[in-house]
Amino acid sequence: MAVETQQNAQNTDEPVISIRGLVTNLGGRLIHDHIDLDVRRGEVIAIVGGSGSGKSVLLRSIVGLMRPQEGTIEVFGEDALATDETALRRLQQRWGVLFQEGALFSSQTVAENVQVPLREYAKMSQELMNEIAAVKLAMVGLGEDAATKFPSELSGGMKKRASLARALVLDPEIVFLDEPTSGLDPIAANAFDELIRNLQKSLNLTVFMVTHDLDTLRSIADRVAVLVNRTLKVGTIAEVMRDKDPWIQDYFSGPRGRAALGS
Amino acid sequence: MGSAMNASNPWFRVDHDGQTLRLTAGGPWTVYHAAAVDAGLRAIATNNASVAEIDASQVDALDTTGAWLLLRTRALFKDAGLKINRFDIPQNYQPLIGVIEREDLVAPAEVVTHVSLVAFLERLGRATHAVMIQGVGILGYLGRITVEWFKLMYAPQRHVRFTATVNQIEQVGINALPIVGLLMFLIGVVLAYQGADQLSRFGLDILTVNALGIGVLRELGVLITAIIIAGRSGSAFTAEIGTMKVNEEIDAMQTMGLNIDDVLILPRVTGLVIALPFLTFFADVMALIGGALMCYFQLGITVPAFIRQLHEAVNVNTFLVGMIKAPVFAYVIGMVGCYEGLNVERNAASVGKLTTRAVVESVFLVIVLDAGFSVMFSILGF
Repeated sequence: MAVETQQNAQNTDEPVISIRGLVTNLGGRLIHDHIDLDVRRGEVIAIVGGSGSGKSVLLRSIVGLMRPQEGTIEVFGEDALATDETALRRLQQRWGVLFQEGALFSSQTVAENVQVPLREYAKMSQELMNEIAAVKLAMVGLGEDAATKFPSELSGGMKKRASLARALVLDPEIVFLDEPTSGLDPIAANAFDELIRNLQKSLNLTVFMVTHDLDTLRSIADRVAVLVNRTLKVGTIAEVMRDKDPWIQDYFSGPRGRAALGS
Repeated sequence: MGSAMNASNPWFRVDHDGQTLRLTAGGPWTVYHAAAVDAGLRAIATNNASVAEIDASQVDALDTTGAWLLLRTRALFKDAGLKINRFDIPQNYQPLIGVIEREDLVAPAEVVTHVSLVAFLERLGRATHAVMIQGVGILGYLGRITVEWFKLMYAPQRHVRFTATVNQIEQVGINALPIVGLLMFLIGVVLAYQGADQLSRFGLDILTVNALGIGVLRELGVLITAIIIAGRSGSAFTAEIGTMKVNEEIDAMQTMGLNIDDVLILPRVTGLVIALPFLTFFADVMALIGGALMCYFQLGITVPAFIRQLHEAVNVNTFLVGMIKAPVFAYVIGMVGCYEGLNVERNAASVGKLTTRAVVESVFLVIVLDAGFSVMFSILGF
């Protein structure tokens, strides 16, 4: 799998995620109206938008937790909406998802949580699994003492780190982050941004994240996709800021926006 | 799955060249292939080598797991006193090595579970200790709720939450009528059928009514109703209060100066204590109806004959012996349900665990108390 990764990385500008004409209708309310989006390999793309604008719905649609009414979603050129079980399993090993509250399995220790994908997809000795769990936990900045703890004994920031370690354990090519910094204090949020940036660079990850956090946007997002009026406006922060849409203007030029973006 | 997609396998070769140990590695070194080389790498014998060269330049796929295997092997060589002369990996994987290398690489100590007599004794001790702690906790809570209840009696206008209590009576009493009625009717049918089957062999058909009347009124009516209510309402108490705890609603109430006992606990316990005797009465009647029906069809005992026989078999005391247990059982079920609800920790799994525990404990206590009542009544001669 990693062989392909490297080859792909070298020879293609093809998008890793390609969404065409996506229509989502939730309980009679139109959320996405024919959305198109391409995510390039190795970039960090951030989805922003008001509460209830369908950011998380978009993420959940890509990873197959929700089905849109119309449109196509391709990940690595494969149809992510196809119902073929084995194809879907293959895709699922190539992405990792970090949920908003971490979604760690509460009955297992942190180390066991991290080992779940290993146990499921890669056959190896328990000893090696322990070592890999320790390596991944160290990569996300958690010490050995965290490994034997249960999720209920962790702080919010540690939960997110542990969950990120679990998402990264199979060395996926894409990570999906749902509000990675929500609920963290500014220092922890900065540290988490930096962690994601470092890992993204060294592991050559594509990062698809949903966020509210303007600081996160500024510090790690290569491109921004704004969900307004049920459609997406995509570009670099500078490009998107020039848009006349009132919500976008409010968002980037409000007091928080100005403070974060330093303009 | 990964190995299926990738026909080639990872490999490594060890050459001894005088004082030099040379490790050459190639192929895909990824998480899906790690098992193939893991044990072999651990078992490399360094012999008398003093210098090690690691050449992984032929590795064509590397991920964190593969990188860890290489770094672990290097660390093993270092620990064996070897000098590392070369550590070659393809240029494009250098950042990956960097990520892991800067971390302090200590293999973690996992908790190992030993299967032995000592471990068994330890578990036994822990379990016993937990049971005792739990017993003391429930006893303490029993005392606390009783004190709160006396306060309620002393100043009802300040503490009584009338609406909440009535609401609880509806929830645990009126809404439980169908299930309790149906089950007790069926139990009446079963008892009468079994009784008739046995007693008719001796020509004592009519005594079926005695067995049914005494069995239901003294024991089964209240016992089975209490068990149904423990499963239905005791668990609901734990789940409701536990969910509120997870949501921090209890904390919110406390900061607003609301007394948790007054607002949440006493209405539930009081509601149950009021409702269960009525439910028990209803259950008794339904079981007798079921029994009477069965007596009529199976033994040909008419309803007037059934009532006459019942009148002779039981007296008011038989009925009261059953009824007097109802509020006691209700108190215990309500108290245990609320106690476990307040014990819920701030995670979702805890709600389920403690709900189960509440039901098991309250059923256990109900049966133990029932046995205690039997002993007491037999001493008192009822």
